[in-house]
Amino acid sequence: MFKLWSAIVKDSRVLWRDGVGLALMFIMPIVLVIVITDIQNSTFNLINKNKLPVLICNRDTGVSGKQLVEAINKVGMFSITQLPKNQDEKVLSDSMKKTDALLSIVIPDDFTRKVMAKSKTTAGKALTSFGLQADSAQKDLGDVSPLKMYYNPVLQESLRLSVKGALQSALQLVESRQTLRTLYFDINEKPLPEKLEGEMLNNKAVIHDAPVSSNGSVKPPNAAQHNVPSWTIFAMFFVVVSLGGSVVREKTSGSYVRLKTLPTNYLVGMFSKQIAYLAVTIVQAIVIFSLGIWLFPVIGLPGLNLPRDVLGLFVVTVLSGWCAVSFAICVGVFAETHQQNNAFGAISIVILSAVGGLMVPTFNMDTSLKTIANFSPMHWCLQSYYGLFLEDGRLSTVIGYLIPLILMAIVFQLIAIWGLKRKNLI
Amino acid sequence: MVARESLAVNIANLGFHYKDNEGVVFSGLNLQIQKGERFGLFGPNGAGKTTLLSLTTGLLRPAEGSIQLLGHDVSKEHSLVNKLLGFVPQDFSFYQELSPVENLEFFGAWAGLTKHQIKTRTDELLQILGLQDVRNKHVDKFSGGMKRRVNLAIGVIHEPAILILDEPTVGVDVQTRHAIVDYLVQLNKKGTTLIYTSHQLSEAEDLCKVAALIDDGKIVAHGSIESLLEEHKQKNLEQLFLELTGKEFRNDV
Repeated sequence: MFKLWSAIVKDSRVLWRDGVGLALMFIMPIVLVIVITDIQNSTFNLINKNKLPVLICNRDTGVSGKQLVEAINKVGMFSITQLPKNQDEKVLSDSMKKTDALLSIVIPDDFTRKVMAKSKTTAGKALTSFGLQADSAQKDLGDVSPLKMYYNPVLQESLRLSVKGALQSALQLVESRQTLRTLYFDINEKPLPEKLEGEMLNNKAVIHDAPVSSNGSVKPPNAAQHNVPSWTIFAMFFVVVSLGGSVVREKTSGSYVRLKTLPTNYLVGMFSKQIAYLAVTIVQAIVIFSLGIWLFPVIGLPGLNLPRDVLGLFVVTVLSGWCAVSFAICVGVFAETHQQNNAFGAISIVILSAVGGLMVPTFNMDTSLKTIANFSPMHWCLQSYYGLFLEDGRLSTVIGYLIPLILMAIVFQLIAIWGLKRKNLI
Repeated sequence: MVARESLAVNIANLGFHYKDNEGVVFSGLNLQIQKGERFGLFGPNGAGKTTLLSLTTGLLRPAEGSIQLLGHDVSKEHSLVNKLLGFVPQDFSFYQELSPVENLEFFGAWAGLTKHQIKTRTDELLQILGLQDVRNKHVDKFSGGMKRRVNLAIGVIHEPAILILDEPTVGVDVQTRHAIVDYLVQLNKKGTTLIYTSHQLSEAEDLCKVAALIDDGKIVAHGSIESLLEEHKQKNLEQLFLELTGKEFRNDV
């Protein structure tokens, strides 16, 4: 036990004096978690919280144009600024840049006339099909003049389609209202009562929405809930630079030779390194989680909500750290030089994190990439954290994610031991 | 025939070759080193000195034959042999980020000493080797000579019965060389068997009583330095060395 303890003390001292390694393990992930959370939070807010700024140029002087603007406003996802009706496209484009509006909509000057004509045609067709004389029947003038929507290219495809859907819905409301009014007037020879019109047009089925969570609690995900665990995992695996480097340094400096001539198995040394660096990964998690909880709200980012199962969080953190440390030992055993260790270690971490869903969530990946993600240990770390942070689950609910993680750590350990034996180091 | 009990090292019928078939091959090599001897192993580059030391310390395994240290087989009783053995490699085999005290604490523990023994030995060694003033400074700031002394201190912290030194004074100044040689002589007087290899043959003459010259994996001379010089009618070890191994360059690839 004294030998193990002395090795842990030695490894901790060596680690503490490795300034570059410490910077990589702490400063880099802290910077990453703050910057990327901020970027994602802005996008998240743009989509989920803030209303989309929209410029509307209503060139129509009739009632339908006004009704359309009103209907767009009622959709609830736009912040509308109306422009004078004589704006040309260049002025519109300049106005979008000046006001940071991502969208502008132009309502054509014949909009009301076309809506009226279309409603009369539709009503006429309806009355004819009922076997009634259609007073309003007239020649079909074709579709309503198309609205023009200009958008900033940065607008995501999915968001643009949502906007188009919302506009289509507003346009449908205007057309339906006019058709209903025409139809009612033709049948009853008096205007449609306002109350009845409201009932007919606003009788929408109610949709209740609720997030999925293991216990039914509503804790909306935010950028912190994804990024803090993600970059904590990334930081943990980045110990490969320092820990792998430490193993390589021992081999190249000849310390291995001396250690092999002492009456202590080198596996004790490997074990001590794992304990020292496992402690580092736990400290990394504590530091980054603390930043998420206390610093993020101060700098205007959403705070990290800790899961209810703190013991589960600790277990997931320890197992993630152990897997990261096992991977680092494995790389260090096989690397012949520092350059090999650092290059392979850093590149493999970036690839494993990308594949594992740390940068882009796996649900956004295609099927083949989702399959590949299963081979990244970081994927299982992240799934475990997701289970706790986003679904508010407990340790028992994430055990299915932890088993592959443990198996991968064991495989890394066995490969490392095989490498040490093959190189006659144990 | 020498009694087995009086042998520090008994190499019998040793055979060894590297896996890639390059380098030195030993075949049927025999060598005996007495307990308490100051033994020098000399030879040109690539002759097989370091390989023979690696086999003796258990870092390499012989293909044939056996090596025994104080009656214990190196291959079979590795852990026990390691308690008897001290090794001072040619490279600085310690942690340069740590101080001499921190290095001695770690290597002392791994050599099987107690905390109290480590403290006592550390104070003693740092005093003897002139490292007391820098005991808590990081070794990476030290000169080559100071690092050599740290390397030696680590090798002897557990007071081994047999101490193997692979060029322990290479690249050091005269003062450091004298300090190291004096200390090694003191150790030997206390009973430690010294097995030493170096290219500093004048230093070797001061330190060693018995020598073996090795070339191309074979022992070409073995005996007391005095008797070897007399037998070959040479004035010093360097002349004897050149007579037995020639003057051609040796390229050790």
